[in-house]
Amino acid sequence: MKIIVSIKEVPVRDSQLRIDSTGRWIEDGDLSYEMNEPDAYALEEALQLKEKHGGEVIALCAGPPGAARTIREALAKGADRALHIEDEQISAWDTLGLARLLAKAVEPEKPDLILTGLQSDDLGYGQTGVVLAEILGLPHATIIMAAEIQDGTIRVKRELESGWFQNIEMPLPAVLTIQSGINKLRYATLMGIKKAKTKELKVLAASDLGVTATATATIERIYSPQKTKQTQLLDGSAKEAAAQLIEKLRFEVRVL
Amino acid sequence: MSDTVLAIMEQRGGVWNRMSFETLAAAQKLAAELGQAASAAVPGNGAGALASELAAKKLDRVYAVEHELLDNYTADGFASALEQLIRKVQPSYVLFPHTYQVRDLAPKLAARFDQALISDVIGMRNEGGPIFVRQLFQGKLNADVKPAGPAPHFVSIQAGASNADHVAAGAAPVETFTPDLSASEIRQHPEAPFRESTGAVDLTAAEIIVAVGRGIKEKDNIPIVEELAHALGGELAATRPVCDSGWLPIARQVGSSGQTVSPKVYIAVGISGAIQHLLGMKGSKTIVAINKDANAPIFEVADYGIVGDLFEVVPAMVEAAKSALVAR
Repeated sequence: MKIIVSIKEVPVRDSQLRIDSTGRWIEDGDLSYEMNEPDAYALEEALQLKEKHGGEVIALCAGPPGAARTIREALAKGADRALHIEDEQISAWDTLGLARLLAKAVEPEKPDLILTGLQSDDLGYGQTGVVLAEILGLPHATIIMAAEIQDGTIRVKRELESGWFQNIEMPLPAVLTIQSGINKLRYATLMGIKKAKTKELKVLAASDLGVTATATATIERIYSPQKTKQTQLLDGSAKEAAAQLIEKLRFEVRVL
Repeated sequence: MSDTVLAIMEQRGGVWNRMSFETLAAAQKLAAELGQAASAAVPGNGAGALASELAAKKLDRVYAVEHELLDNYTADGFASALEQLIRKVQPSYVLFPHTYQVRDLAPKLAARFDQALISDVIGMRNEGGPIFVRQLFQGKLNADVKPAGPAPHFVSIQAGASNADHVAAGAAPVETFTPDLSASEIRQHPEAPFRESTGAVDLTAAEIIVAVGRGIKEKDNIPIVEELAHALGGELAATRPVCDSGWLPIARQVGSSGQTVSPKVYIAVGISGAIQHLLGMKGSKTIVAINKDANAPIFEVADYGIVGDLFEVVPAMVEAAKSALVAR
């Protein structure tokens, strides 16, 4: 069982984001980065499937040189080796172009299964996995909450809206996009971190993969969202603010 | 290319997904701005009756995309059927409701036309051409996105971004389109949808909900907000990440994958306000946000807000509530 997990590096969740001078992207020079959370769940799922069925887990990441940190983390958690599609300007690729790059790296590996998170916490388009499947000519299923392999096929539990689910069976190889919460994430052990340093991390230059960049949509401007409501902010110490809020709930909202 | 904006309507078992009508209104609006007509497609097996309902809308044409292999949704079957329809109709834009099914389908379909989906759109503007507004970084920022590359462009519209009441009435011919499909090309074999018995807590009946997000940091801190829920006589609820971590049961989850609630008061504690959560609670009469980050998107929908440390504010609220309620 050869499993490829496609991971992305995104700014850490609590980052204070500032818009850059072009107005089209954020100041990203001084940010800290981490593995996109749904991708971390995809990695964990791959590691658990490998523990059950044997085989190999390959971490795949398209990112700037700095993304090597996140790739090493995947190796430390238990991925056997990694592919890094390197490009300083990775954000200049749109989803379609990026999926084509990923497909180029995947093709020679001939994996049985490809996993990725259902969406990224930065752009949030939620489509890289699906487009990758289409380019590779593989079946896919999205928003997966369980995966079970049975001789050449995979049975997955797909999440629908409002607490509904559906089981789907597909032949392998296939592509799944994994929902957060499908499993319990592991931490890298000290031994894992040590071993990660010796594992193979192959760098592929994006420019060598023979993919032409596409432009399907351009970001014209980014900005802070407008408030839809006038918020009454309650000031003072925690105690004062809390007391004011309880007053409001009693005498303005009249629920207490 | 014909001058039409095509809305792909979603139904299951002959019942509309109501978000489809928001998308239909968006398609009519976009078409008017482009000086084009809107049209609609209803894929399914025996969905003709639903398609006929659309005959009374202001549309250029309604396509009943009919095939027995479209009885249940499959990514392969629906992508193939709609690809054939789109090649025939050649619309300028294809609009979808941003449902879980569309998230599974539309990116695949768009890729067949060398396009990517402009997904999860929360607003549209016209600035010498359509601009689509979508969120970045879990709602912390918005982006104006301009479509580029070859038509058709593919766009999915988030719930609440367009008003279904604005669908214009009119008269439209209904055409049955029978795609060429074979069972062998459909690789996904779906089973019947099911609900898990979660020992569900009915949050929809609660007048006061105290909901907790990642800001609570760890499971051991849950009693802090639980005490507030008790003091106010409300129900305790949580965001998806809190339930995913096993800090509270999924039965208490509010959001697009959990329950949709509209209590008199919704108190969001340590919740940043990702759109998936807002979809489940923005109908609340009054929203209170307590968060240490003044820029958290939850404040965009809050009536009352406290920017501060929940570990100080929440116990102080419990105190204040207790003394206020004793005094009463």
